[in-house]
Amino acid sequence: MNRTWIIVGATSSMARAFARKVAEDGCHVLLAGRDLADMKRTKKDCELRGAPSAYAVMFDARKPGTFDEICVKAAVQDGEINVAVFVGSMPEQSAIDTDPTLIDGTIQDSFTGPAQLLHRLAPLMEERGCGTVIGVGSVAGDRGRLSNYVYGSAKAGFHTYLAGLRNRLGRSGVHVVTVKPGFVDTAMTWGIEGMFLVAAPESVADDLLKAVKKKRNTIYTPWFWRYIMLIICHVPEFIFKKLKI
Amino acid sequence: MRWNQIKYAGWGNVLTADTQVARPERHSALEELITDCDHILPIGSQRSYGDAAIATEGKGLKTERMDRLLDFDPDTGTLEVEAGIKLGEILRLFAPRGWKPAVVPGTGMTTVGGAIANDVHGKNHHIDGSFGQHVESLVLLTADGNARRISRKKEAGLFKATIGGVGQTGLITSAILKLHPCPSTTMSVSENRIANLSDFVDAFEASTAPYQVGWIDTLAKGGDLGRGILEEAEFSAQPAATIMNQKTKSIPMTPPGFAVSGPIVKIFNALYLRRVPVDGRTVDRPINEFFFPLDKISDWNRLYGKKGFYQFQCVLPMERAKDGLSDLLEIVSDGGIASPLAVLKKMGEGRAGYLSFPMEGYTLAIDLPNRAQTPAILSDLAEVTERHQGRIYLAKDGAISSDAIARMYPEIGKFREQVNKVDPGHKFISAMAKRLNLRGQS
Repeated sequence: MNRTWIIVGATSSMARAFARKVAEDGCHVLLAGRDLADMKRTKKDCELRGAPSAYAVMFDARKPGTFDEICVKAAVQDGEINVAVFVGSMPEQSAIDTDPTLIDGTIQDSFTGPAQLLHRLAPLMEERGCGTVIGVGSVAGDRGRLSNYVYGSAKAGFHTYLAGLRNRLGRSGVHVVTVKPGFVDTAMTWGIEGMFLVAAPESVADDLLKAVKKKRNTIYTPWFWRYIMLIICHVPEFIFKKLKI
Repeated sequence: MRWNQIKYAGWGNVLTADTQVARPERHSALEELITDCDHILPIGSQRSYGDAAIATEGKGLKTERMDRLLDFDPDTGTLEVEAGIKLGEILRLFAPRGWKPAVVPGTGMTTVGGAIANDVHGKNHHIDGSFGQHVESLVLLTADGNARRISRKKEAGLFKATIGGVGQTGLITSAILKLHPCPSTTMSVSENRIANLSDFVDAFEASTAPYQVGWIDTLAKGGDLGRGILEEAEFSAQPAATIMNQKTKSIPMTPPGFAVSGPIVKIFNALYLRRVPVDGRTVDRPINEFFFPLDKISDWNRLYGKKGFYQFQCVLPMERAKDGLSDLLEIVSDGGIASPLAVLKKMGEGRAGYLSFPMEGYTLAIDLPNRAQTPAILSDLAEVTERHQGRIYLAKDGAISSDAIARMYPEIGKFREQVNKVDPGHKFISAMAKRLNLRGQS
């Protein structure tokens, strides 16, 4: 059967690594993101790696008008439609403290924008009765903390949305995977102090494909973050509120 | 673009840098990166052994995230790629479709940019020449922030200064490569024991194989000097198949220096030699394992311990080969430093740049653990190389003097003219360029 992956936030290195793997696996690829020139290169890369077709379309989480083209392109693809959402933005918490209006954009990029797009694609996927949604959240969404709680709360909202979407789409044979990456070696983390056990985007992409195959609901990547977050989430609030992590 | 303060080393783990490094992922970020800083050095995957990729004079720019395939013509095998892509990746993707990079060095981790900047060679140099000869054109982002496509027809001088130019002319962002047909993903490899150096050279001269490489036991002395194994290979008759990613192992910790001490290397070398039966053998080997034997262990360089190692590689002209190689091997076997890895290869004339390494003759590469006596041995080796009208390879070097380099590379004047014209402010500069005065202005 024809398989298509819609990859949202396609200029990130995690998305690029994922796009390559599904392309080599023979899937059609629809790349959506803001830097069209960059995505055109990735589109060609996907075609040359084995994607029977690849497209690059504009997507801006803050401009719902840009979602139309993705929905139109998705509807004309035969067979199984899959979506992987890699978008999100993480301004420095100090920048947000100076300018609280940045909160809106962070939430649009990391939560409401992708949620709206998924909501518009959901009926099509239900109709096809197959396929997978991968939503990339973050371990930052598991507990609010000093250094990035605006980004964290946006991702927490996205996690809850994905759980609900899983509940809905599961009834028609569509699976939803929630992904919580720890530190991944991307442009977002390059040069930030305090990074440890950083995972390569390629190994994250492998984890995603494994989770799709095994129909996992929520995965941490790399896997040990499940245990790190288990500990962090179990620190009593009266202690946690005094910590600086 | 965020900068990351990073400490890193050349592959030999001797020469190091501690500087700010950017790792752009998009083409649109490049121009600003280049124009915004005073001094910068493009860095591939840091497989050069000495200081060719060491940025002590400025910032660094890692190209590894700009590694996409841009275009491919399946009729002619013409492939356009971003320069950060690794040669092993090209081989993995295209060998099953019947194409391979025309030239690959001993590791698949080398980026296309690095392969051009060092004009690398492989086991087929005697027939197919150097990597740069198969580059049709490349896009160079120069100090002024402009990108220009250069080739043998367009700005030929700058093209020849860029190939083998160790990153001094600008940032190579993409290149068009002529791939070679690859009839199989399996190589048929013949291995034979060779008794001594003279036999080795004779065996190379008698061989008609498209791929050849010799391993030498550097601990052998006297009549056994230069004994080893000659590998000759050609494509097997088996049809092309999918190449699995080579399973790599890594070294969990830096082992103590004695891991490559005399007695251990002696045992290793003896076992390695006896791996091949007295009468030789022919085996089939997957193409990637044949071309990239060392990539099985992703960080084998750490075997040499914290102090690291140097790799010495020179090429001697044909008529001096036997005498010169024998002098070089005597220095190593008398020097009391055990080297488990010494490689001998025949070279043809093929070279593509002013500072390209190859010349027709024989090339010898030897790993030397970094010990107290190593600098003296390296200096003796360089002197013998020069005496025999040979040349030392910049991709490996971390020790030679600037005067010797100027004498070994007769076209260095043309290189200097081009590089100083395109980058008068010395924006692109490496520790090596400074140490060897490659630009000729100190």
